[in-house]
Amino acid sequence: MAYPTDRKYTKEHEWIQVNGSSVTVGITDYAQESLGDIVFVEAPKVGAELVAGKTFGTVESVKAVSDLFSPASGTVTEVNGELATSPEKVNKDPHGSWMIKLALKNPGELDGLLSAGDYEKFVAEEAGH
Amino acid sequence: MGAKMVEFNGWDMPVEYPASIGCGIINEHMAVRTGVGIFDVSHMGDIRLAGPQALAAVQHVSMNDASRLAIGQAQYSAMLYPEGTFVDDVIVHRLATDEYLLVINAGTREKDFSWVRDNTRQFDCAVENLSDDFTQIAIQGPRAVNLLQKLTDAVLSAVKSYWVTHGTLCGVHGILMGRTGYTAEDGFEIYIPTDEATSARVWNEILAAGKEFGVVPCGLGARNTLRLEGKLPLYGHEISDTINVWEAGLDRFCKMEKPEFVGRAALEKAKAAGVKRSLVGLEMTERGIAREVYKVLDAGGREIGYVTSGSPAPFLKKNIALAYVPVEFAAVGTTLKVEIRGQGVAAVVVPTPFYKRPKKSA
Repeated sequence: MAYPTDRKYTKEHEWIQVNGSSVTVGITDYAQESLGDIVFVEAPKVGAELVAGKTFGTVESVKAVSDLFSPASGTVTEVNGELATSPEKVNKDPHGSWMIKLALKNPGELDGLLSAGDYEKFVAEEAGH
Repeated sequence: MGAKMVEFNGWDMPVEYPASIGCGIINEHMAVRTGVGIFDVSHMGDIRLAGPQALAAVQHVSMNDASRLAIGQAQYSAMLYPEGTFVDDVIVHRLATDEYLLVINAGTREKDFSWVRDNTRQFDCAVENLSDDFTQIAIQGPRAVNLLQKLTDAVLSAVKSYWVTHGTLCGVHGILMGRTGYTAEDGFEIYIPTDEATSARVWNEILAAGKEFGVVPCGLGARNTLRLEGKLPLYGHEISDTINVWEAGLDRFCKMEKPEFVGRAALEKAKAAGVKRSLVGLEMTERGIAREVYKVLDAGGREIGYVTSGSPAPFLKKNIALAYVPVEFAAVGTTLKVEIRGQGVAAVVVPTPFYKRPKKSA
């Protein structure tokens, strides 16, 4: 799987995409693949204040519970309600299924995140373990 | 096959097979409920007891009544500590007049074998650990019988549930095939000689022969969700060395009319004293998935028990769990809560098993 180069990645397997004024956050193909069939996505409420590197929600597959870590600090402006009823969309299209939209507090934070190429190398090492 | 592996009691085991070959826990689970799936369960252990007093030895270390077994018949049973709690649950097969096979769990193989050996010394019977001699493959689902019949000369339709037969399978003679399983579905468990070439060949021949039935390989993940829907206990969860037979609700497999077996005296006392807690089935009525060790709360939010196993149920499409609660909260219809990430999420006590396969003749 080639990771889209239009966004940044975390070592906790989230992606963050800045598209004009719209900033979306989701989980990577590697994350959905590791989790297996996703059955539950719990996102924060609109207005919640997120801190980079801290948990902001939960994703559950049949077999596992996994925390979601925010790639950046900011305020939640929108939640993808579709994933509450159709969480399996994250398996089918992980890089198209955003979970939340954010108003960034400090856009400079994104500079510290991984590029698509670096993330791909990172998961190749993880998978090799 | 690119399966996701996990270490399970010292074994590298597949959790699930990849979505790219039509697998994943949900697909594997559904295949077993509606078609057929196969499991590599070689981690299971096997103990053979043979000799003039083999029956007496089995009767002493297990709670069910093995004297009722005809040759070729099997029963669900358990081995107990003197306290009436579980060493392990076990399938007891009667292979011949004075020969029995106990099929036990992976995590408890060595403990179980030592337990059986140490507690049967007074009997004239040999106790052998055959765990490394067999690869066990489970073929499970309504089409399991059709699949396996393509590969053997044994007449499988004549084998009733919890009976075994022998036959030639994939050209290998004398293979033991039992109509047993851990999925709450019809199916067989077969015992292949351990050598890698033979067991790999048999596995691949089963997959090839099962194509027309849509067979899929299944991992530990689906094995767990399938057994949970059927309320089949898992050691370390619903049964353990701190839980007794009455609490676990396994009364019908425990034959108190037998004059003696390890654990009997304690169970008699426990029954007289009154059972304090009970294993119940829960269905989540609010959004949330109960998981192992989560707290169970009463309607007022007071902690009263804990979840032993919990998961989404792929076939039933509900979030279900098994939990220990005080008996006064065990009635079907009782409203409870499960604490999920600090929040009490509503659940209700429901009848078990959650899933029962449709009745049909074999």
